[in-house]
Amino acid sequence: MARLSYREGMRQALREALSGDPRVFIMGEDVGRYGGTYAVTKGLLEEFGPERVRDTPLSELAFVGAGVGAALGGMRPIVEVMTVNFSLLALDQIVNNAALYRHMSGGQFSVPLVIRMATGAGRQVAAQHSHSFENWYASIPGIRVLAPGTVEDARDMLAPALADPDPVIIFEHAQLYNMEADVPDARSADIRSAAVRREGSAVSLIAYGGSIPKTLQAASLLAEEGIAAEVVDLRVLRPLDMATVLASVRKCRRAVVIDESWRTGSLAAEIVARIAEEAFYDLDAPPARVCSEEVPIPYAKHLEEAALPQPEKIVAAAKAALGR
Amino acid sequence: MIEFKLPSLGADMDKGKLLEWKVKPGEPVKRGQVVAVVDTSKAAVDVEIWQDGTMFEQLIPIGETVPVGTVIATLLQAGETPEQAASRKREAPAARPAPKPAAPAAPVAAPPPAPLAQRRPVSPAARRRALELNIDIEKVAGTGPHGAVTVEDVEKGLARAEPAPTDRYAEMRKAIAAAMSRSKREIPHYYLSETIPMQRAAEWLARENEKRPVTERILMGALQLKAVALALAKAPELNGFWLDGKFQAATGVHIGVAISIRQGGLIAPAIHDVDRKSLPELMRALSDLVSRARAGSLRSSEMSDPTITVTNLGEQGVEAVFGVIYPPQVALIGFGRLETRPWTDGGVLRAVPLVTASLSGDHRASDGIRGARFLAGLRERLQHPEEL
Repeated sequence: MARLSYREGMRQALREALSGDPRVFIMGEDVGRYGGTYAVTKGLLEEFGPERVRDTPLSELAFVGAGVGAALGGMRPIVEVMTVNFSLLALDQIVNNAALYRHMSGGQFSVPLVIRMATGAGRQVAAQHSHSFENWYASIPGIRVLAPGTVEDARDMLAPALADPDPVIIFEHAQLYNMEADVPDARSADIRSAAVRREGSAVSLIAYGGSIPKTLQAASLLAEEGIAAEVVDLRVLRPLDMATVLASVRKCRRAVVIDESWRTGSLAAEIVARIAEEAFYDLDAPPARVCSEEVPIPYAKHLEEAALPQPEKIVAAAKAALGR
Repeated sequence: MIEFKLPSLGADMDKGKLLEWKVKPGEPVKRGQVVAVVDTSKAAVDVEIWQDGTMFEQLIPIGETVPVGTVIATLLQAGETPEQAASRKREAPAARPAPKPAAPAAPVAAPPPAPLAQRRPVSPAARRRALELNIDIEKVAGTGPHGAVTVEDVEKGLARAEPAPTDRYAEMRKAIAAAMSRSKREIPHYYLSETIPMQRAAEWLARENEKRPVTERILMGALQLKAVALALAKAPELNGFWLDGKFQAATGVHIGVAISIRQGGLIAPAIHDVDRKSLPELMRALSDLVSRARAGSLRSSEMSDPTITVTNLGEQGVEAVFGVIYPPQVALIGFGRLETRPWTDGGVLRAVPLVTASLSGDHRASDGIRGARFLAGLRERLQHPEEL
């Protein structure tokens, strides 16, 4: 058992990956000398040298493309895209190249690439730096999308992601980096399943990534009012582990999906649709969503807080589903 | 592939509502196994299957009402694979009689949904639970979002009240009305009665029961049933059915026992092969049948198999009962009260326990003289209780 922050967990995973496999290298903007915008890669340049921890020019298109090429050439690159906001510049490399090479080459080539990126709002960095586009990537066949929402997952998801022969995107919510937790020494290698983070029977709260702490807090508030909420952490956004979600919904008969994306076309929309398709007759209330308001994420603190999912909103949605 | 059709569970049944599947697709079934529970408007009946196989497709959703004869499930025969069954189905699509009006299988233009305001919100899970529990969802108050009825509401309702007893009673009344009207419309009844001395039977039974623990005592009703069953051996034209303009003798003696339901109404399920059961066996079967009839858990063969009916109104205190035949059966035997009355025997006047047995016969199937011989035989049988 060790006490780690989410950032330290991720750094530990990166260090172990670099130590354990000479094919692994890190590249991205400011990952080396600066130590990473979120200080995740701090100290790795000194430890592993510039060959394996590479600062890149400010061109997401170029360095993600280089990562795809390196992966095709037998390396195991870990590309850090500073934030999901800038990944839009690399969409073509991710969607058209990384995700499709296996298909386009008739199975001759695979792209064992890991792309890490920070995501999410809540830090007063304004609209252009506060996006949540996990659902965009989660809609694309050919890539696996992970969203560690706990310190343990931040540490443990990288190794199995590197072992995956196909591209994997890891979304790290920027608000989680300072979160600390005691984590067991034993490693999990699960990048397939959702996880129940808190058991309950009255309502399923389904969330991922940055919404996990907020949702757990909401579950505690509900418990004070005698409502036993179950918290399901999706963990893997593509492919979705619907079996775990549906089992929870069938037990609780009410579902609230929490997703920091905008409501329209969100991952929450997909989850609710799947619940309606596959668990309709188990429902005691219409499935509900707590998403971001459909506005550019505001800079002002009070407006930003109002725009994002918050524990109070989750509590209200859960109680509405219970008719309370 | 075996097609499992909704059986007729009584002559007055033309449709049934599927309440429950007892077997899941993929599970094997044995001849005689209960595979489903069907509401016949008289009772919730366990439906048995008469072929071995493996449940394949269940074609009717829970809660749907379908006509008798509708294929409600398909089963795989021994050695048959689902693929074979599926291809066979494609080859012979007409094999299914498809008497399923407006089945939900056809996803054509659905009627426009009713405006929300006019529709009472009931959650899908609550609707399903209410069906399982046979609760009228319209009578359950809702506490969910927008006043919707939830599973908890349904279960609370169950704890509070008996499920819609008035409806069940009305349905049963309707079924009895239909069967009895048909009987009196179609069957030319004749009636015979015979007073039977019961001294020997009563004394013998008292001696027998002294040897038995209270719970295993035999009632006079069981003795009478056995006597009827044995006497029928010499009157086969009373045991069977009038179908398609002619009498069809039954192969076994399955006596329908008229049982009154406490909430009102009447049901006459069969005890199978009464002539071949020992008295203790018969007594056990009778108690079991009565308790299950009152609990509403009868088996399909018990509902559909009676070859003759016996009604015993003696406990209710009447001297004699002349019943209405339950079509398509052709006879009904009635027993009145067992009572000590004056009786001459060999020129001596004595006080003797007597019972009046009656026969309602279908004159299309038998004549009075045959009926008279049957009653004489019945009287004779009851003079030798030790042989019953």
